Amino acid sequence: MLDRAPQGTQDETRPRPVAFRGAGFTPSAGRYSGWIALALVIGFWQLAGSAGWVNALFLPPPSAIVAAIYKLALSGALWQHLSWSVMRIGSGWILGTAAGIIVGFGIGLSTLARGVGITFISALFPIPKIALLPLLILWLGIGEEPKIATIALGVFFSTAISVYSGVDAVPRNLIRMAQSFNVPFHLIVRRVIWPGALPSILAGFRITASVALLLVVSAEMIGAQYGIGAFVLQAGNLMQTDQLLAAVVILSVFGLVVGKGINLLEARLLHWR
Amino acid sequence: MDLIADHISHRFGTLDVLDQVSFTVRAGEVVAIVGPSGCGKSTLLSILGGLLRPREGQAELRGAPPAGSLNPLTFVFQDFALLPWCTVEANVEFPLVHTALGISERRAVVDDALRRTGLTDFRGAYPKQLSGGMRQRVGIARALAVRPAILLMDEPLSALDSQTRELLMEDFIRLLADGSMGAVYVTHNLEEAVRLADRIVVLSRRPGRVREVVTIPMTRDERGDINARGKLLAIQNDLWSLIREEAIDAEREVQHA
Repeated sequence: MLDRAPQGTQDETRPRPVAFRGAGFTPSAGRYSGWIALALVIGFWQLAGSAGWVNALFLPPPSAIVAAIYKLALSGALWQHLSWSVMRIGSGWILGTAAGIIVGFGIGLSTLARGVGITFISALFPIPKIALLPLLILWLGIGEEPKIATIALGVFFSTAISVYSGVDAVPRNLIRMAQSFNVPFHLIVRRVIWPGALPSILAGFRITASVALLLVVSAEMIGAQYGIGAFVLQAGNLMQTDQLLAAVVILSVFGLVVGKGINLLEARLLHWR
Repeated sequence: MDLIADHISHRFGTLDVLDQVSFTVRAGEVVAIVGPSGCGKSTLLSILGGLLRPREGQAELRGAPPAGSLNPLTFVFQDFALLPWCTVEANVEFPLVHTALGISERRAVVDDALRRTGLTDFRGAYPKQLSGGMRQRVGIARALAVRPAILLMDEPLSALDSQTRELLMEDFIRLLADGSMGAVYVTHNLEEAVRLADRIVVLSRRPGRVREVVTIPMTRDERGDINARGKLLAIQNDLWSLIREEAIDAEREVQHA
């Protein structure tokens, strides 16, 4: 008995593997898991509708929504509403983005513009732009202009902020390097600051695309005959929930397409990252 | 063309960093600037290269730059300062785009700079694809492309590992061998200073003043000889004894800050 090693220390003389403790904290999205989850939710939703667990008037099943989209596409109403919305988003976004880039670069490069611009942007950015629509209607009339101006305003502030943040984030050592070679100001802006600020500008595009979508729907709900927002409101008033959700799905697809477009733009312009 | 530091003083806010620094870098000469941390070495280099306006004194040039020099005072940066969205070739070409050189001339200059730095096979690569040593070679090729009279080198090897440092040091010695180009070489590494410089300006701790100017009594070729090692080591030790006490004070000051 006395010759035996005490219980518990017997194994300590033998080599044993070091316990692995570095697991976790590295989440990675599976390739198909998202799609499978989406299909499951849609399947359950369809089942709930088909089995009569949910009143189709309040939540029409996916099949009814697909049918509504199909009918809208065939009748031409879908294209009519969509084309008006796309026209408004496109015009408003381009105007707001162009102005935002100019002002953002001004703030990023000029002391005077920074002093004035940041104060104004800080004061005006938090205002929900849709609240300005009635005022814009008074100023610009009841046509397309106030709706486009509302979208442009919403896009402008976010763009200006992302542009001057991007300009600020360009490493100063790159600018000093260019100056040390006597590179003129306009070439420093074009060849150093613009590409350096581009990642932030493109990230801003992602935000402004969703801002534009939100504002177009809101503006069209307030005063438009055609457009996805007007269609959603009209379908709601008539309790045509399948058509209402069809429009929501179209908006979602539109948002996804724009997001994919920005992904492509990033892959093309920021391939050096 | 000589570069003269004429009673340069500078201050950041209430912090005096340089005090009446004067010395001359003669044409083709390599001058190293050493001193304890925070003594204003890099600030001095920025002032010499016109990137920072001194509070007092000035940097001056005397004599004409060599014929064909597009940028007589050219920096080589510690962090390489490469444009990440440009290929190696485009980075080297960057300082030439606004010059009067035609496209074919530009291409020839870039080819020559890439060849001299061993980058010809990497011309299409982006900086992120290169090792630290290769990135600094791009920085050197870019500097060579504008045919400088004086290279202003701000700790060009400090971001690199010791083996890469050794290889690049050999490149510097080769590039500076013919005396057509001078250099101001800021470093905290005394071995680099002793191997490369004709003269070493030792700055005191902040505010940096010229404490001593040490002349290395042999050519760079002679320094490569194994028999010269002892002599170089002795100079290095002398420099260290000049700096050591102040380096300790400077380190404590940083820790207390």
